[in-house]
Amino acid sequence: MSTATLKDMEKAHDKVKEPLNYLNATNTIKSWLFTVDHKRIAIMYLVAVSVAFLLGGLAAGMIRVELTVPKGQFLTNDAYNKVFTAHGVIMIFFFLIPAVPAVLGNFILPLMLGARDLAFPRLNLLSFYVYSAALAMGLAAIIGGGVDTGWTFYTPYSSVYSNSNVALTIMAAFVAGFSSIFTGLNFIVTIHKMRAPGMTWFKMPLFAWAMYATSVIIMLGTPVVAITLALVVVERTLGFGIFSPEIGGDPVLFQHLFWFYSHPAVYIMVLPAMGVINEVIAANSKKRIFGYEFVAFSTMAIAVFGFIVWGHHMFASSQSMYLGLVFSVLSFLVAVPSAVKIFNWATTMYKGSVELTSHMLYAFGFLGLFTIGGLTGLYLSSLATDIHLTATYFVVAHFHYVMVGGTAMGFLAGLHFWWPKMTGRMYNEVLGKVSAVLVFLGFNLTFLPQFVVGYLGMPRRYHFYPPEFQLWHVMSTGGSFVLGVGFILPVFYLLHSLKHGEKAGNNPWRAVGLEWLTTSPPDTHNFHEVPVVTWEAYEYFQESHHGGDVGPSRFPFDDDAVHVSSEEEVHV
Amino acid sequence: MNELQLAPIAASEYAGEVDKLFWVMNALTVVFTIIVMALIAFLAVRYRKGTKVDRSNPTTHNTLLEMTWTLPALVLGLGVFTWSSRLFADVYQPPKNAREVFVIGKQWMWHAQHSDGTRENNELHVPVNNPVKLSMISQDVIHAFYVPEFRIQRHVEPGRYTSMWFTPTRVGKYRIYCNVYCGTQHSEMGGWVVVQSREDFEKWQAGGGGRPFYPGGITSPTGDLSLAQTGATLFRKYQCASCHADGPTASAKGASLVGLYKSLRQLADGSKVVADEGYIRSAILNPNDVRLANSTGSMPAYRGSLSESEVIALIAYIKDIGTGKPLEGGRPDSVAPAANTNSQQWRYMYGGEQYQ
Repeated sequence: MSTATLKDMEKAHDKVKEPLNYLNATNTIKSWLFTVDHKRIAIMYLVAVSVAFLLGGLAAGMIRVELTVPKGQFLTNDAYNKVFTAHGVIMIFFFLIPAVPAVLGNFILPLMLGARDLAFPRLNLLSFYVYSAALAMGLAAIIGGGVDTGWTFYTPYSSVYSNSNVALTIMAAFVAGFSSIFTGLNFIVTIHKMRAPGMTWFKMPLFAWAMYATSVIIMLGTPVVAITLALVVVERTLGFGIFSPEIGGDPVLFQHLFWFYSHPAVYIMVLPAMGVINEVIAANSKKRIFGYEFVAFSTMAIAVFGFIVWGHHMFASSQSMYLGLVFSVLSFLVAVPSAVKIFNWATTMYKGSVELTSHMLYAFGFLGLFTIGGLTGLYLSSLATDIHLTATYFVVAHFHYVMVGGTAMGFLAGLHFWWPKMTGRMYNEVLGKVSAVLVFLGFNLTFLPQFVVGYLGMPRRYHFYPPEFQLWHVMSTGGSFVLGVGFILPVFYLLHSLKHGEKAGNNPWRAVGLEWLTTSPPDTHNFHEVPVVTWEAYEYFQESHHGGDVGPSRFPFDDDAVHVSSEEEVHV
Repeated sequence: MNELQLAPIAASEYAGEVDKLFWVMNALTVVFTIIVMALIAFLAVRYRKGTKVDRSNPTTHNTLLEMTWTLPALVLGLGVFTWSSRLFADVYQPPKNAREVFVIGKQWMWHAQHSDGTRENNELHVPVNNPVKLSMISQDVIHAFYVPEFRIQRHVEPGRYTSMWFTPTRVGKYRIYCNVYCGTQHSEMGGWVVVQSREDFEKWQAGGGGRPFYPGGITSPTGDLSLAQTGATLFRKYQCASCHADGPTASAKGASLVGLYKSLRQLADGSKVVADEGYIRSAILNPNDVRLANSTGSMPAYRGSLSESEVIALIAYIKDIGTGKPLEGGRPDSVAPAANTNSQQWRYMYGGEQYQ
């Protein structure tokens, strides 16, 4: 096992004259592969989800290039269908769902709570390996012939008619579900049992609330989709009639079961990103999040309401009109807590001291794009407009605003915010801002035209399309290149910072939160002494009422001072 | 044709109504987005680090303020919901005078059967200003029948009838799309709704439809029969009449079908159902699923031995039994099967001019 004892670390410290931390405490490959340190597991997850994101992005690029011409560029129908399925499967199951919880949550949550690790460190490592196995299965299915059902696996196409690698892909999603469940379980127990002394529920940072709500959804929803997907495989391989009417099943049953998980899964993807935005906006405004309790409760409200709106994916199906009405009104209601959050985040800046750092720009991008994503969701909650717009490019644009504009922007905001803590290095801030602006502009150029072409009636998952839609598709493809550059840029400057970046110090953003009390990067045990929390979350105080600077009250931002109430000081 | 469109042509009564709602929602969305963005920009600039502004007594919560954005959002949301739901409820109830057309979806084509026996592939001819009800079923996977100019679509599912209706208000050709992903040629599973003036439509009807069609599983030459007449032929062919009365003389064995359609049936499991198209279909294919309270359960299941097209013809006939309506006379149909190769279908769907 890699976990060095405190004594070992001090011994090593004398030798190398470099403060020991979780990165340099041990150096063998084995010490990484068998680590139970939540921080190392987070780093391994970061590498894995980044690979998934780049592969999913490659598929997205192929889709956009193919669609510049109404009759397609270089792919056959089957190849096109496999590419958009690969894009969806990789992005949803292997990037959007794990990205924020498994990378940022894994790294930061125990630090935020003043804990030395998650409740079940070995389960955490297992979660990573289960995820890796699922990713390997998914890639094997895609590379070894591909799958053409779309990520939604609608029956009876998936269970009877498709001649592609459906079973292996579905098993990959099934296995990936278990890695989510392990992470969710770990977070719930950690938040209940491992908060530092004095940290009551309402003294927790809102990121922890978001992780809690997400974990609850994961625990309740994922088993349902796992069983559903398993049933598709059973019908496909053993011929049990479950979803295919030819053998006595019901294809719409699949949609109910699938969306019972997959709508809450939208919140599994976006709530963690919302949690990140709380931290970034508070730290860059030097203010407590406005209406802390409202934001905490709206997080939990979204988790609950998210479970009772799944039928809004099925307004055009044979679902009854009365069910449609109920799901529609509930979908309007679930929009309210999201609107509450947007206004609370904006108002947090009031009388604050706002710094336009790269992570703050990403957070602004989140606010703008998520607002549009949320509002366009109302067109799809509304029955009359939905039966025109459902399954068109309007829907494609809407969920990309939520998933990319929300989750991916939140992930990048969090990655830039906590990168100095994770690596101990500062990245190039100018490039960070350039990337944030490119992503925002490129994203809008890619997806705004899709709202228009969607209203014009362009169906999703179409390889060929009417020539009169070409202009919109060309605009969209142009935007996707800008977006691609914006996404690739951080790979370079973040990797560059590992060797050449300035040393970060413990608290480069002068933020509050227990994670900023420890060294950057933190040592293996996070804290030499567990802090005792006597203050509220986001306790920034203002030194001067007129002009002047504001900063955190009891949080040292001298690079030298570390470890509150700790005797041993590590000098940088 | 080449001007920049922001909405498809509104070619049905419903389309105009949806557009009104859509533009109101657009206005609300734009206003709300501008409020949020302006608020962020204003606060970020005014309170950026280093500016000399009053930062005394910063507020960290204010329930009244929370309510000022929660309640309007809620009220506006529920307003839009109410408006939209009324429209939707209308579009769920076809008017009594709607022309009924049966539509079968299969990988990768659409097949339409008019009640006068006319059949067409990948085209649907309808007269302008006359409500049309489509009763739809799939022969394989889930499809959706979507016409953007009518602002409406509905899934077409295997094993279950779904329906949609519209009143076309504008003469022209409008694209039909399949809008549930259905496999290799999903993006070529489409065609045209041809909305014609009443005179043109009647001319088209008199000319036998003029479109080639697939024989669609009906084995007897039924080219000159109406849909219900075809059903009557099949009724004899499959010897339904040996158990079920389709006239005044009751048969000893099975339930009489006189006046069956839209009547209330008492099932063996205690529930009551209205005998609509879906019920009749189940009763033919899987009779035990909808066994009547007083049934002996001796009817064989016809699942697998009838095509969807034959079931539709039988239903058309059974619906007519006991209504006193004479069987509609048919007209000859052409029997040449359509060529449906990939590139021909593409030219057919996307190569031509729309709205001629």
